[in-house]
Amino acid sequence: MAVGLCRCCCRALLARPAGALRALRGLAAGPETHFGFQTVTEEERREKIYQVFESVAKKYDVMNDSMTLGIHRVWKDILMHKMNPSPGTLLLDVAGGTGDIAFRFINYVRSVWERQLQRKLKNHQNLSWQEIFESYQKDKFNSLGNSQVVVCDINREMLKVGKQKAQHLGYTEGLSWVLGNAEELPFDDDAFDAYTIAFGIRNVTRIDLALQEAYRVLKPGGRFLCLEFSHVSNPLLSRLYDLYSFQVIPVLGEVIAGDWKSYQYLVESIRRFPPQEELKAMIEDAGFFKVDYENLNFGIVAIHSGFKL
Amino acid sequence: GRARPSHSEPRGRDGRDWEEEEELWHQLYPGHIPTSPLQKALLAAGSAVMALYDPYRHDMVAVLGETTGCLALPNLRDKMKNHPEGYRILQERPCIRLSTLDMARLQGLPDGSLGREYVRFLEDNKVSPDTRMPPKFVDDEELAYVIQRYREVHDLMHTLLGMPTNMLGEVVVKWFEAVQTGLPMCVLGAAFGPVRLSTRKLQVLATELVPWAIRSGLNASCVLNIYYEQRWEQPVESLREELGIFPPP
Repeated sequence: MAVGLCRCCCRALLARPAGALRALRGLAAGPETHFGFQTVTEEERREKIYQVFESVAKKYDVMNDSMTLGIHRVWKDILMHKMNPSPGTLLLDVAGGTGDIAFRFINYVRSVWERQLQRKLKNHQNLSWQEIFESYQKDKFNSLGNSQVVVCDINREMLKVGKQKAQHLGYTEGLSWVLGNAEELPFDDDAFDAYTIAFGIRNVTRIDLALQEAYRVLKPGGRFLCLEFSHVSNPLLSRLYDLYSFQVIPVLGEVIAGDWKSYQYLVESIRRFPPQEELKAMIEDAGFFKVDYENLNFGIVAIHSGFKL
Repeated sequence: GRARPSHSEPRGRDGRDWEEEEELWHQLYPGHIPTSPLQKALLAAGSAVMALYDPYRHDMVAVLGETTGCLALPNLRDKMKNHPEGYRILQERPCIRLSTLDMARLQGLPDGSLGREYVRFLEDNKVSPDTRMPPKFVDDEELAYVIQRYREVHDLMHTLLGMPTNMLGEVVVKWFEAVQTGLPMCVLGAAFGPVRLSTRKLQVLATELVPWAIRSGLNASCVLNIYYEQRWEQPVESLREELGIFPPP
């Protein structure tokens, strides 16, 4: 009895005094939300997340490869195949930071376009050499068939890394880099053919607003695609996944990037994110039709898709 | 006090506030990250590999020290407790930081004094006492101070031993510290550090420097038991004699 009382006292003594302050601030700074397993205001959450990505930007790709043993590349490839973009598509990649989706998009449409060109040429084998040469001229500056991708991210550091990567890998056309917030996009209505957000929507503070914005900027007939960590229902796998996430990933963060806290946040935020069905309902609430999801690796990752009709 | 390791999932949405307080209760000092034994083992292995792969990752050397020091640190702490000066250090918890040092006064001290030589060492090697990593993975608040003190005293070791901060100098200091403290990180650093040295340097190391460092380390009393902040005026020679460090070759 006395011990229990003592325990309560200890807990009270060790509780952060800012708790009371936060309650007062909450009246001004907005409703409470989560940052990993902590409770913070929306304002604090946006700031903290910005700082997380500012600090991990340079090691983002290395960490992705080490944490997922390279499997994240396969997930992103699958996303692109699911989208199956045709040349001429205008894609908006939100939270596209270091450009993984954008580069895959460019590779994809380039190969589709080249195949189309080849087929065109095969069908026109009775053309004179002059006409063939002229058709080359027409398509010379158009290696992507007029496809374009706009990479939008809220974080300057991530965009910087993405631009450097693009230069390094030789991606020059069809790419634009825009600083913007998924909850309030700087684009016009009905502007894009496709919208992707890969491993980004988890870090958005108001997911509903981001979904509404996605709906707004898509053209009628446009497709919404979201690739994100989701929930594993298989109990054994879930235990192994938890063990790996909580024991190994922060250690990898500390050893490779010198940053334990950001990766602790990462694994906590995955647990906080709505599961597949809940996210599907949220996407439908934003106005999308034919909303569906596909689990990858037993639900470790899921691709949600919806159409604006 | 001891800390409990970090846990996995929260126990449900209503358990949220309770568990947030639990999380805070685990944090024993600012910057403390509670870790499970498995995490410590992984950290020790990972940091060892990374420290060898990239010697400029000083943070990895620090992490290695923290995760492997569970036997050596209590030992050091007890040595300090049983010595009058060491006990005072544990009570008063002095820190060697640019903000606590009076650099102008130290520079004004006569040549050969500890303060003057220490400042000279900092300037020559272009290092600062503020670049030391604070401890993160030590699960005891007093031991965290001990390892912090060890890190801060490391530069003074360089001064007392007369060793520069290049790879060779660092290895020699590590040998001395390995004998003195028994920290596995020092032992590993002493054993594997030479891997990156040229043969000529290795020769000098093996024939002269290491035997001297070992002899001095064994002969000297515990270096953590000196209240350096109160001895800036003392000549380096006299402090070496007092400790039992043989003159450098």
